[in-house]
Amino acid sequence: MSANHDGTTLLEVRGLTKIFGTLTACDHVDLNIAKGEIHALLGENGAGKSTLVKMLFGSLEPNSGEIFWNGQAVRIASPGAAKKLGIGMVFQHFSLFEALTAAENIALSLDDGSPISSIAAKARALSYSYGLPLDPESLVGDLSVGERQRIEIIRCLLQTPQLVILDEPTSVLTPQEADKLFETLERLRSEGKSILYISHRLEEVKRICDRATVLRHGKVVGHCNPRQETASSLARMMVGNEVKAVVRAPAEGIETAPALLDIRALTRKPATPFSIPLKNINLSVRAGEVIGIAGVAGNGQGEFFESVSGEVLQQDAASVRIRGKDAGGLTITGRRLMGAAFVPEERLGHGAAPRMKLSENLLLSRHATDGKAFVGPGGMVKSAAVYAAAQRIIEAMDVRKSAPDPEAAALSGGNLQKFIVGRELDRRPSVMVVNQPTWGVDAGAAAHIRQTLIELARSGSAVLVISQDLDELFEISDAIAVMHNGQLSKPLPIAEATFEKIGLLMGGAEPGHAEHTLETA
Amino acid sequence: MMRLELVKRPQRSMLFSALSPFLAFGLTIIAGAIMFALLGVNPLSAFRIYFIEPISQVWQLHELAIKAAPLILIAVGLSVCYKANIWNIGAEGQFILGAIVGSMIPVLFPEFEGPLVLPLMLLFGMVGGAAYAAIPALLKTRFGTNEILTSLMLVYVAQLFLDWLVRGPWRDPQGHGFPQTVQFNDSAILPELMPDAGRANWGFVFALVAAVAIWILMSRMLKGFEVRVLGSSPRAGRFAGFGLNRMVFFAFLLSGALAGLAGISEVSGAIGQLQPVISPGYGFTAIIVAFLGRLNPLGIVAAGLVLALTYLGGEAVQSALGISDKVARVFQGMLLFFVLGCDTLIHYRIRLIGLAAPKLEAAPKLKEAR
Repeated sequence: MSANHDGTTLLEVRGLTKIFGTLTACDHVDLNIAKGEIHALLGENGAGKSTLVKMLFGSLEPNSGEIFWNGQAVRIASPGAAKKLGIGMVFQHFSLFEALTAAENIALSLDDGSPISSIAAKARALSYSYGLPLDPESLVGDLSVGERQRIEIIRCLLQTPQLVILDEPTSVLTPQEADKLFETLERLRSEGKSILYISHRLEEVKRICDRATVLRHGKVVGHCNPRQETASSLARMMVGNEVKAVVRAPAEGIETAPALLDIRALTRKPATPFSIPLKNINLSVRAGEVIGIAGVAGNGQGEFFESVSGEVLQQDAASVRIRGKDAGGLTITGRRLMGAAFVPEERLGHGAAPRMKLSENLLLSRHATDGKAFVGPGGMVKSAAVYAAAQRIIEAMDVRKSAPDPEAAALSGGNLQKFIVGRELDRRPSVMVVNQPTWGVDAGAAAHIRQTLIELARSGSAVLVISQDLDELFEISDAIAVMHNGQLSKPLPIAEATFEKIGLLMGGAEPGHAEHTLETA
Repeated sequence: MMRLELVKRPQRSMLFSALSPFLAFGLTIIAGAIMFALLGVNPLSAFRIYFIEPISQVWQLHELAIKAAPLILIAVGLSVCYKANIWNIGAEGQFILGAIVGSMIPVLFPEFEGPLVLPLMLLFGMVGGAAYAAIPALLKTRFGTNEILTSLMLVYVAQLFLDWLVRGPWRDPQGHGFPQTVQFNDSAILPELMPDAGRANWGFVFALVAAVAIWILMSRMLKGFEVRVLGSSPRAGRFAGFGLNRMVFFAFLLSGALAGLAGISEVSGAIGQLQPVISPGYGFTAIIVAFLGRLNPLGIVAAGLVLALTYLGGEAVQSALGISDKVARVFQGMLLFFVLGCDTLIHYRIRLIGLAAPKLEAAPKLKEAR
């Protein structure tokens, strides 16, 4: 698996700088990408990876610095200009119309007026030649996330780019699907194309990348050959110091503890043509334990979260029980009053109102549970008390911010997540349901959040964590269940669970046949 | 060649949020000057007649208050709707229904007199406006109709219903065939504040009280927080446990009640009976007032006075210069147009850019820009 690049430089970046207000997102970044190499861009969330890539793809304009393409200085003013140069990009969040077919989606982005049928034929041929089989006639809404990513990749390859930028491509894939993707990337490399691979997953970077550039706080802290590094040495470069490992104290007496959250035969019809129906989900979370739910994004986790939280009510009141009482007919406020707390996946616009202050966002989920403390007679808000409580949470969770009480949107994703998790922990809830607790949170803060979730469980609460990050689930869970296509597998005790077993379940294998391999991922 | 480009600001600009109404007013004056010039009038003297003379005497200030009262009452109600991202465009209809329902007492029971009459009329007016506003709310929550269309269309229903009433069943039999109801008896008339100085009645006080009350609601109370959350991020509102359907009803009923109060105050105060037309479009002008006042109840008081002046100015130029009083509508329209346009500057800044092909050009070394 040696790199067969001929050493000539395709893209060179010198001193690229981007300033947002007082924040220098990219600070004199230097980067070299040779022809025919897979180059990793490593860094924690907020390190400046996305900003750098957006400048390379023409969607952000640098404040200063130079970009050389094949040795010639260029200005990349727009994504269109980037495509003309030969830069293609596969975004982490897809931009596909669910109601259109794969071919129609591709045609929209090509914008060259060629008929759909010829585009479909080209897309089909290309997809098979790269081992990413795709039916161009299928509706995007019917496709899995992995298949949607294929559309994005094919769409990008159809423009015959010299450089393909992939932003966290495996975050939505099962381990088996990721293997397929790596084969495709190696195939592209063998054709002399270059790949800029953005990730914070160190093992896969070590596996497929020839060189790596590590960013921290907007600055390049090093270039290295990832194959000669260890995962922990790469992590040190990314984070700057050792991340404290999460300690999972043994859970004692769980078997006899009462189930605080009980989900029985939970079924939900799809709310829209593109949402996933939930099929007969059963799960108990007992006092003292952390149960993890693994699964590829878009397999019903969002629908499940809404049903458990009470944002969507159940017809059968007994299908969700909190602390031994039926809660299926109660709203989210009613369920909170029974002692449950919820942290949704989306921070801005779901867990928090972007244009509101942190103190107001505290009120968002706690106006009823802390009604006496925060709301006075006649419905007047006790702003001083709310402000003090918000400051308490900010301190407890080490939320970094630029003003005493900033708008939620002014915080970085990780810091806002710390606040949202802290807002619920501050209540000492007896049932905690968290969707993607550390998505986009830097390693240090993520470890902190994970540790607090374990401690909450060990102090006698039931904790349910939905996550697409398997490492995280293995770190904190006492048992892991897998959600696939709206169905939930039986929880596997952590002692029995392996990456492979969970990965197969994520890909849709029947629980009993986990030892067989999956023919297509 | 140069072109203008809008560049998104990282944060909304507080400066332009405050400045936008003033910029809009300035642009309106410039456009108005051009209009007067084209009409063959000296813009300066026209402006003096339009904006200065109508408020140069005390009794004229009272007239200003009479015009401003319904505008402010309606606009503070609408501001709650718009903050909640609910689009009640039918305040004119709710105003008329408030006037009709409130007038039931003096028209159908002209013998009923005493101190109870007026409070009952005001209450009926609010109920009438709220009930009429409940129709688009019900249609929206039950059937998912667009409240902009339904509330707007119900305005025409209300106008025609009033027209039919005063020409038909409610016509004053001693009125020589004129399409109007009986004159309200004395206890059904909203008293004037300072009868010696001018005609301004208690309607203006209602407007100020409503503005302060809504300001407290929106900035200090949990309900106001609910309005703001649901309006700015509905999903976060649902996560908070706030119901969107309940909010649709709350916003429509509140704004309908205030529009209804404005309606009954207008007929029992300024007019004294029902006529085929009881409003020069207060319900629509109040939309301009709400936006010009930044959807802030205290800003709305100021904006209401400005828009009231455009009505008085329109009457003044008609009598002094012989220009149609439709000029008032033109000024109101321009104000809304410019204030919405200037609001773009809150989120964007304008940049002048040389028109060059954004292609494979040799880039001159980028300097430290900005």
